[in-house]
Amino acid sequence: MQWETVIGLEIHVQLATRSKIFSGAATAYGAEPNRQACPIDLGMPGVLPVLNAEVVRMAVKFGLAVGSRITPRSVFARKNYFYPDLPKGYQISQYDLPLVDGGALDIELEGGGSKRIGITRAHLEEDAGKSLHEDFHGMTGVDLNRAGTPLMEIVSEPDMRSPQEAVAYMKKLHALVRYLEICDGNMQEGSFRCDANISVRPRGETRLGTRTELKNLNSFRFVERALNYEIERQIDLIESGGEVVQETRLFDVDQGITRSMRTKEEANDYRYFPEPDLLPLEVDARLIDQVRETLPELPDEKRQRFITEYALPAYDAGVLTATRELADFFESAVSESGGYAKRTANWVMSELLAYLNKDGLELAACPVTPEMLGKLVARIEDETISGRGAKDVFEAMWAGAGEPDEVIAAKGLKQVTDSGAIEALIDEVLTNNPQQIEQYRAGKEKLFGFFVGQVMKASAGKANPQQVNDLLKQKLDGS
Amino acid sequence: MHRKTVAELAAALRAGEVSSRELTEALLQRIEQLDPQLNSLITVTREQALAAAERADARLQAGDGGPLTGVPLVHKDIFCTAGVTTTCGSRMLAEFVAPYDATVVERLAAAGAVMLGKANMDEFAMGSSNETSYFGPVRNPWDLDAVPGGSSGGSAAAVAACLVPAATATDTGGSIRQPAALTGVCGLKPTYGRVSRYGMIAFASSLDQGGPIARTAEDLALLLGAMAGFDSRDSTSVDRVVPEYTEGLNRSIKGLRVGVPTQFFGPGLADDVRSRIEAALEVLAGEGAELHEVELPNMELALPAYYVIAPAEASSNLARYDGVRYGHRCAEPQGLEDLYKRTRAEGFGEEVKRRVLVGTYALSAGYYDAYYRKAQQIRRLVAEDFQRVLERVDVIAGPTSPTPAFNIGERVDDPVQMYLSDIYTLAVNLAGLPGLSIPAGFSRGRPVGLQLIGGYFEEARLLNVAHKYQQVTDWHRQVPEGFE
Repeated sequence: MQWETVIGLEIHVQLATRSKIFSGAATAYGAEPNRQACPIDLGMPGVLPVLNAEVVRMAVKFGLAVGSRITPRSVFARKNYFYPDLPKGYQISQYDLPLVDGGALDIELEGGGSKRIGITRAHLEEDAGKSLHEDFHGMTGVDLNRAGTPLMEIVSEPDMRSPQEAVAYMKKLHALVRYLEICDGNMQEGSFRCDANISVRPRGETRLGTRTELKNLNSFRFVERALNYEIERQIDLIESGGEVVQETRLFDVDQGITRSMRTKEEANDYRYFPEPDLLPLEVDARLIDQVRETLPELPDEKRQRFITEYALPAYDAGVLTATRELADFFESAVSESGGYAKRTANWVMSELLAYLNKDGLELAACPVTPEMLGKLVARIEDETISGRGAKDVFEAMWAGAGEPDEVIAAKGLKQVTDSGAIEALIDEVLTNNPQQIEQYRAGKEKLFGFFVGQVMKASAGKANPQQVNDLLKQKLDGS
Repeated sequence: MHRKTVAELAAALRAGEVSSRELTEALLQRIEQLDPQLNSLITVTREQALAAAERADARLQAGDGGPLTGVPLVHKDIFCTAGVTTTCGSRMLAEFVAPYDATVVERLAAAGAVMLGKANMDEFAMGSSNETSYFGPVRNPWDLDAVPGGSSGGSAAAVAACLVPAATATDTGGSIRQPAALTGVCGLKPTYGRVSRYGMIAFASSLDQGGPIARTAEDLALLLGAMAGFDSRDSTSVDRVVPEYTEGLNRSIKGLRVGVPTQFFGPGLADDVRSRIEAALEVLAGEGAELHEVELPNMELALPAYYVIAPAEASSNLARYDGVRYGHRCAEPQGLEDLYKRTRAEGFGEEVKRRVLVGTYALSAGYYDAYYRKAQQIRRLVAEDFQRVLERVDVIAGPTSPTPAFNIGERVDDPVQMYLSDIYTLAVNLAGLPGLSIPAGFSRGRPVGLQLIGGYFEEARLLNVAHKYQQVTDWHRQVPEGFE
């Protein structure tokens, strides 16, 4: 039978505020355990939550970017359950009236074309702390530094039909929240976390199959692996006469499998009710307008502009606008190069990204600045150096050798463009290889490349290849 | 000196007739002598009190004292006090010391009031008799066999016995007004949002409101002035100017329209209480007030609605007492469930457990609509009833509680009888309105309280009416035998 996969994602985005959602404690990552937890985060008796206004602005910004309706009057609710790292015994979240309602995100499909993924809602909530089960001699340690960290949970419609689409959506969202500067996107530190709802059904069937919820998918790779495993598991189960059980499953990274965590029957009854310590959250048109003015150019708009303004292929534009930082880098470099967009794009996409990848560096820590790269491109364009030479310059700049002109001078990489000098080199090569000349003239045209190589070698790579080509042709064919 | 009101003490302190230190020492001595009979205080803060008194004296001498500077009081043990245990009347918090002051505590301290200790109360403010306290019941100074009411029974008894001229208290369904009525003192529950709840341990967040207990309406006005006002740490506190509550106290009440709800005089109201309240209404009429019979048709739904909403919120508010971070923790827990079960089984008393169970049930999947949502609808109806009436009258008047103080032990096994003690007060909390109780006579030696209810933020008017009543009556001047 042919099966169809249906996937919806719930993505928790940690909002990049300095203080927590309901208290003034700092949100910085990596502090000593329990050093960033004030009485409010600790759920001490009598203390009360006060909503951080910046959290609201960030969520509104997201809502505007994905075309959502901003709920004028949304409501916080208590989600009640017991866990040691949940200090109050409830999480303050939003339930039936979320701040961000509806919206959509377009993803690019691998085979070309795009697909619209619906966003059901996005709501605000506080994070819990962390339970630490190791190093405490069979006891559990609780670190409440993370308790009260602002989260926005973005719930998608079940619109994705393959793990690839799910990953594309997740990457798109990841880029967007970083563009909006509302999340640092650091998946290792848990700033961007994903749960997936997945079911399968026979192709053509319109009803949804029984779904499972997968947790702990904290990298793009894990999402794809976990979903692929789960699709196979569900299909095998059904094909062998079994039934999928609605349950929450945990992805085991080491074994690459998903494991049952709790079934629907074991699920908590969260006893949601409106949070009486907070008034309904009212967002007026003025605030929405204010936030709208702070919206940056969005990834799709930027990609389109790169195609028209820089005459770049769609693929290049997509790569270069994947993050706001890379797009900014590219634009500064182009401007410095004197407007040579395509060549700059090539250098960014090949050399720069390869080096970053090789050294495991973030763009922010890149030793080559956009200005340096732009100047390098300019030197190629004005024929000061050859493409080959430019690669050496780039490598030297990466190692900290300084500005391109300094490196070119220091390494003597300045290209030879003096026709006289090149002609002299050609004459020398021809004199030394009479046999090859005869063979060439007898019709062995492949030997042309041999001559070019010899001349370049004689110039220590500094001769302008185009000029070598032209002059050599004249000499060999013309005389 | 101990029989003086806050206003009288303020005058004496400022005139230099007595120092705060002398006053504080005298009252501490009185507490030591008399409180063992009453058990109105859980903690006495002698050292801190003397230090605060000396600071107050310095302020008074420098001439920058206010009306509360140097005035001793006690805080209900539900208000967190930095460095001093805050038990909330529970074993769960028997040794809990908060690192912060409640806003109410902070404001009164800033006004120069001197805290002598922390008052006994029903556990987590759940009770109407002060018998649910882990620290033992409080006795009514008017009759040591009687309860003082609750949950602010300690605050009310301490003021009634002249151990202190004033106390703070909280009211979720009548917990200020009912004990004030049962001990013959004055208690004011302000409009919801008038007084900050920050640092006030939550019972039912949408109903809880802090307020003062004292011996005169004038004193309530002085205290409320210091306690009230917007607090950025409490999102439900209201940003609205705090009027000078003492200014309008003497205004004439000629032509004042007083609504008398028939539902407050139905079956269940003790005859003695009825006659005392009718007499009190006549006094108001004698001052020129017009009495109007009014209807609050949904009154009888208030009690069941209250006993869904309050426990529902409480079940969530009390979830934090899990033995993990502070408070009672069972010995040698065998795993997480065992920790939760034994900690909470040992830390909470019967009434608290009853309400946590009821509230958890009311919020459960499948029951939410039938209970919690329905109760919220009733709450709106009750509030609308009051609104309709308050368009036609200026204040509503009636009994605070259907009976005078009952005997200790009399109702402990009958929660419903106990809950009925708040039948006239809890609707006011559901509506969020201000209400106060003042002494209006006695029934066989036990005090009876007159309740006045006003529109939102109309505390000044309630205080005005109460003050005028107290100008022509002397019930509030009575002191129980043995505590003169």
